[in-house]
Amino acid sequence: MTGASPRASPSPVAGLAQTAGHGASGHPPWASPAPGEVLLEARNIGKRFGGVQALKDVSLTIRHGEIYGLIGPNGAGKTTLFNVFTGLYPRDGGMVLFCGAPLNMASPHMVSAAGIARTFQNIRLFGNMTARENVMVGRHVRTHAGVIKAMLRTPGERAEEAAIRRRADELLHYVGIADRADDLARHLSYGDQRRLEIARALATEPKLLALDEPAAGMNATETAALRGLIEGVRNDGLTVLLIEHDVKLVMGLCDRVAVLDYGEKIAEDVPDVVRADPKVIEAYLGAGTG
Amino acid sequence: MSTTTRERIGLLLVALALIALPFVLAMAGTAWVRIANFAVLFVLLSLGLNIVVGFAGLLDLGYVAFYAVGAYAYALLASPHFGLHLPFWVILPIGASLACLAGVILGAPTLRLRGDYLAIVTLGFGEIVRIFMNNLSSPVNLTNGPKGINRIDPFQIGPLNFSASDTIGALVFSGPIKYYYFLLLVLLAVILVNRRLQDSRIGRAWVAIREDEIAAKSNGINTRNIKLLAFAMGASFGGIAGGMFAAIQGFVSPESFVLNESIMVLAMVVLGGMGNIWGVIAGAMLLSFVPELLRYTVEPAQRALFGKLLVDPEVLRMLVFGLALVLTMRFRPAGLWPETRHRRELDENRA
Ligand SMILES: Nc1ncnc2c1ncn2[C@@H]1O[C@H](COP(=O)(O)OP(=O)(O)OP(=O)(O)O)[C@@H](O)[C@H]1O
Ligand SMILES: [Mg+2]
Repeated sequence: MTGASPRASPSPVAGLAQTAGHGASGHPPWASPAPGEVLLEARNIGKRFGGVQALKDVSLTIRHGEIYGLIGPNGAGKTTLFNVFTGLYPRDGGMVLFCGAPLNMASPHMVSAAGIARTFQNIRLFGNMTARENVMVGRHVRTHAGVIKAMLRTPGERAEEAAIRRRADELLHYVGIADRADDLARHLSYGDQRRLEIARALATEPKLLALDEPAAGMNATETAALRGLIEGVRNDGLTVLLIEHDVKLVMGLCDRVAVLDYGEKIAEDVPDVVRADPKVIEAYLGAGTG
Repeated sequence: MSTTTRERIGLLLVALALIALPFVLAMAGTAWVRIANFAVLFVLLSLGLNIVVGFAGLLDLGYVAFYAVGAYAYALLASPHFGLHLPFWVILPIGASLACLAGVILGAPTLRLRGDYLAIVTLGFGEIVRIFMNNLSSPVNLTNGPKGINRIDPFQIGPLNFSASDTIGALVFSGPIKYYYFLLLVLLAVILVNRRLQDSRIGRAWVAIREDEIAAKSNGINTRNIKLLAFAMGASFGGIAGGMFAAIQGFVSPESFVLNESIMVLAMVVLGGMGNIWGVIAGAMLLSFVPELLRYTVEPAQRALFGKLLVDPEVLRMLVFGLALVLTMRFRPAGLWPETRHRRELDENRA
């Protein structure tokens, strides 16, 4: 478990945004925007659970190539916003534009095909599959072989399987857990499980990588390695959306930060401005966290 | 998968044993060849159900319905009932397709259900199919109701009739022996297909759904289609087995497709080790042969020991069956030969 040194290896992620892979799976509307252009735009998102207004009129824009931080006290609605973006929850109102095209009532697998990949706050790996198999599952959406081809083991299917496996190994190496490839996911250490989730998400060839508290439960060394990994992912051309409670990590890593409080966006700016915003300070002090 | 010389020799010996088996069994009586044939049929059923339950993790308690669809398809298309006598190689694919269709019909409305709820709905489906077979005798006599369909054609390949005996040299190839070899070929094909599916993109998607459906969805798996595919594939295997059952038996009636049969096949999958092809095969063999062995040994043994029959073999059969399941679940909860993944997990827990 060496620390991640993403840029030391030939990056399997670099150039993902440029590959033709996305077009191949038949969803033309999501052409990749140029760096600095809007990648994801959320307009007036609302979400209510019974009596709880988890999200209220949330609008934000994430630009291509940036690391965008999403912070807020516990229960502010951060995870809910992820779930709305990725199609796990239907939203009550508003719209989401991704690469200029609306993600209307898209189901999770379609969101994944469009190019948004995510990790989960409470890690959700395929516990009884090996680390490699977990990442191989991530390739599903970019590959094609069906039942008939698998039963006949056609040359095309075999080549695709070999490519899936190769890419999985590259990604395990990329996130720094190549030596755990044959271990069951459930037997990995906590930090390695978080990395494995990132590798699996990267396997779907996303344009936007959304991470829900990836540093939760990590020690200082692991957090530093994670930071290197996230920066590496961005340098390889991906956009990162990051929910994180570790304020130091967020402020040091993100280009822009949005703050949610009771389901409302109360600030959105570069880290230094957000840090000094009285509303933000009050939200955090009021919630008793920091 | 590196096959060493030792493994090759092992496989060769197993193959020779399987080829010689029916003649050895025939010495004990043709009944034993028939028992072997039914054992292979149950192995086929278990392998089909394993796709749904073992791989995709969808608890299906109505699996025998697909067996019934295959069997009735064969019976209706190759018997005097409608006067149709299509060859088996036409009917088996038709039966498989119809069963596949039934699988999709069952799968589509149950996609949102899991665990207990799915089990109850599939159980209902199994019963509905059986009741249909029981009642579709009027106003149009489709299934001949509880009386079932008789005089079903045996397999016929050119001049080779599967209901008659052929003698080649000193060897007598009785009907059941011919069916045995045919079943063995089908079994080989099914094992091959299963193993290939298991190590494929689709197979991984099935296991991913079993492990965590939300994570599977979020990582780009169209869980609806992939689950339907599991139902459809499992059902097709059931349909093929059903067709062969009809031909071997020469007679089908709704009685052969009761809930008990579904439970028996599920028990074979669970006992052997869900998800592991070889475990499932072993489970099916055990639960097919051991009860028969008991049936043939318990009565003579009691008469020899006590001079009279104390316990009916049928009662003892169920007793032993229940006990075996309880003990397995107590001491080997993942089955006798669990999937490698589970085995690794158990080993590590013990260490
Ligand atoms: N499935 C759900 N059903 C009902 N209420 C929910 C559901 N998911 C979230 N909520 C509620 O919505 C609100 C926002 O929750 P959410 O998980 O989005 O917060 P969060 O910002 O991610 O918090 P944390 O930092 O603790 O992860 C909370 O009040 C929560 O109880
Ligand atoms: Mg959260």
